[in-house]
Amino acid sequence: MTPKRKRRLTLIVVLIVGVSSATALALYAFQKNMLYFYSPSQVYAGEAPQGHMFRVGGLVVDGSVKREADGLTVHFKLTDTAKTIPLVYTGLLPDLFREGQGIVASGTLGPNGVFHAQEVLAKHDENYMPPEVADALKEAGDKSLDAALVRKR
Amino acid sequence: MIPEIGQFALGVALCLALVQTLVPLAGAQWSNPDWMAVARPAARGQFLFMVIAFACLTYAFISNDFSVLYVAENSNSALPLPYRMAAVWGGHEGSLLLWALVLSAWTFAVTLCSRSLPSQFRARVIAVMGLISIGFILFMLTTSNPFERLFPAPADGRDLNPLLQDPGLVIHPPMLYMGYVGMSVPFAFAIAALLGGHLDAAWARWSRPWVTAAWVFLTLGIMMGSWWAYHELGWGGWWFWDPVENASFMPWLVGTALIHSLAVTEKRAAFKNWTVLLAILAFSLSLLGTFLVRSGVLVSVHAFATDPARGLFILMFLTLVVGGSLLLYAWRAPKVRSGGSFEPVSRETTLLINNILLVTAAASILLGTLYPIFLDALGLGKISVGAPYFAAVFVPLMVPLAFLIGVGPLARWKQSRIGELMHRLRFVLIAAIAAGVTLPLIVAGVNRVLIAVGIGLGTWVAISSVMNLAAYLRRQTPHQPPISKALVKVPRAVYGMTLAHLGVGVFIVGVTFTSAFGVEHELRMDPGASAQLGGYQFQFLGAHELEGPNYTAVRGRIEVTRDDKQITILHPEKRVYRVQTNPMTEAGIDSTMFRDLYVALGEPLNGGAWGVRLYYKPFVQWLWLGPILMALGGVLAVSDRRYRATARQKAMPAGTISRGPEPVPLTSR
Repeated sequence: MTPKRKRRLTLIVVLIVGVSSATALALYAFQKNMLYFYSPSQVYAGEAPQGHMFRVGGLVVDGSVKREADGLTVHFKLTDTAKTIPLVYTGLLPDLFREGQGIVASGTLGPNGVFHAQEVLAKHDENYMPPEVADALKEAGDKSLDAALVRKR
Repeated sequence: MIPEIGQFALGVALCLALVQTLVPLAGAQWSNPDWMAVARPAARGQFLFMVIAFACLTYAFISNDFSVLYVAENSNSALPLPYRMAAVWGGHEGSLLLWALVLSAWTFAVTLCSRSLPSQFRARVIAVMGLISIGFILFMLTTSNPFERLFPAPADGRDLNPLLQDPGLVIHPPMLYMGYVGMSVPFAFAIAALLGGHLDAAWARWSRPWVTAAWVFLTLGIMMGSWWAYHELGWGGWWFWDPVENASFMPWLVGTALIHSLAVTEKRAAFKNWTVLLAILAFSLSLLGTFLVRSGVLVSVHAFATDPARGLFILMFLTLVVGGSLLLYAWRAPKVRSGGSFEPVSRETTLLINNILLVTAAASILLGTLYPIFLDALGLGKISVGAPYFAAVFVPLMVPLAFLIGVGPLARWKQSRIGELMHRLRFVLIAAIAAGVTLPLIVAGVNRVLIAVGIGLGTWVAISSVMNLAAYLRRQTPHQPPISKALVKVPRAVYGMTLAHLGVGVFIVGVTFTSAFGVEHELRMDPGASAQLGGYQFQFLGAHELEGPNYTAVRGRIEVTRDDKQITILHPEKRVYRVQTNPMTEAGIDSTMFRDLYVALGEPLNGGAWGVRLYYKPFVQWLWLGPILMALGGVLAVSDRRYRATARQKAMPAGTISRGPEPVPLTSR
């Protein structure tokens, strides 16, 4: 092998090692940070993993929002009109968090069936329905709500 | 009447764009100078009519003409005038109009600054840009007409999304679009070069100022967006790895890679194929960004439309442009011979690694952004990729990149010696390690490794950039004439590079301090209650109601003291806009160069108390100072004398101009 070829080979090997380690790193991080979405019905049926982060979305049940004395811990219920699950969140809620509003929460499911939300998202538009929530509601198959959603969108 | 004039102007602009594309392309193909000469007047005419169309829409907003559907949906008579004007690009149709206007403005700029280009090449460049114009104007006229009338006209409009009523929004989209669309110029240069079969150092030199100019706008646009999110969203965050942010960040990363690889192509005639590919990719990612944001695939503040016809149109256009240009590339690129061999230790190698790191970063962001969309489209489940993914991938890629900033400019072209580089950089290395090791010892922080690496790299980048400039100065003045002479002699591009690299250092320091030493606290505050944060005392003095022009608000008063001395009184607000009735958080912020005090109101609790977010954010302003320095560096580089000098040169046949250090091999046809 000529010295020139040898140098070129070194360069190529370095590049391949670099790119493949970057790819491995990316895929590993990807695996670790992928959040699956479950509807309240799926969570209720026990399809969602225990102890793993995931996302859940639905409508905040009217009259279900209860605050603890510290003013920051909030208990509320989330529904896809078929099933309802309880959630708890500590912290300030987004501006558009309201009863009857579609929201998405990410967090973990506790052993008692309560979803501990670490983040609650309600988008900054009154007419906006998170697409996951809209689909989950459709899956749950409430015709009248479907119609309401169409109007909302 | 005025909206109809606007629509008519759009139609005329479309016709002119057709002429601007077809006639010069044919002229370049059959070497007909008269046909090629059509390019410039057609492009200028198209620009004129786009300006007329845009002015008509702006007029409709200023005059509250709610018989125009788009105005009725995005404005209101109570909206203050500056926001009425910014509302022109506050929705889907108007922002497309802005896109097309900006595109024709860039084309207009090309017609002004292209006198030195060979006429065939110039004709092709303008024609390719015309082709993109056609796509966007057609898109507007067929699926998203901003001038559509509404009958009967409503008494008042539905108002601009309150989130967008912020000074940041007035500047952010035009800046971002200037950057996005500006990438179409190097794209058109690349396509024209591929069509003509001349990929050479001259082509690289012509492209460079355009890429840098677009990059400057993109940098500022992204910075403004981040600044706006920080101010307006009330979470104290400045980057969320939101798909829409990613959409603007990917072209920036590839554009940055392009700037660096163009340097190699111009000076050493190497990396030619790669550079062309980058030029195509940068613009493709801009288009992809537009597609993602405008098609309703992604739902966010920025996504206005959920009309499938629009998504389909952009997707088809995207496929056509990207697919077509990649096909052309696949056909032409193998014939391009790359010159300028180099050794493993050389400036070429550092720039090659720079490119690989930047493109890998862009690719991993693309994966995280698109994969969930694909899965969803295929019905394989709904996932989302959290911000930790992006941070976990991005940061390790940027660490070696920042290290290379110190090495690259000092390395010689073609061949350099590690020993020599180490010798020249030894003090910088010692200083960087010292800073990285001592700082975590003095200041207690959460993540010591992060602080050490961040501060070490920030120091490394800053000192080595200045040192590189000093080395340049010494080379200019070997016999020690006055330093002022040397300062003038050093090309502005070198100052530009130094400043931009310094900006990277400033940004790294800002990120490190903000994320390592920033403190936040969410709590319930009764009137009179106080809290400690970051050495400051925050006392809640109560809240009162307030009437704004188109909103009602509750304004809190929070006094900040330190050692019993008053620092400031912050006024965070919770606004409810009358028309859209969305609650909005306006943060109260006190900024200095070294820290921000940031307060946002959450929700009212019983007994006059409020849920309150308090933040102490050290060095957060550096996050924006860094990009501003980078942009200034870009401006300096664009204004370099050599670009102006070439503009004055007489036109030469393509491929004969070479200012590289050695003769540049011509491409074969």
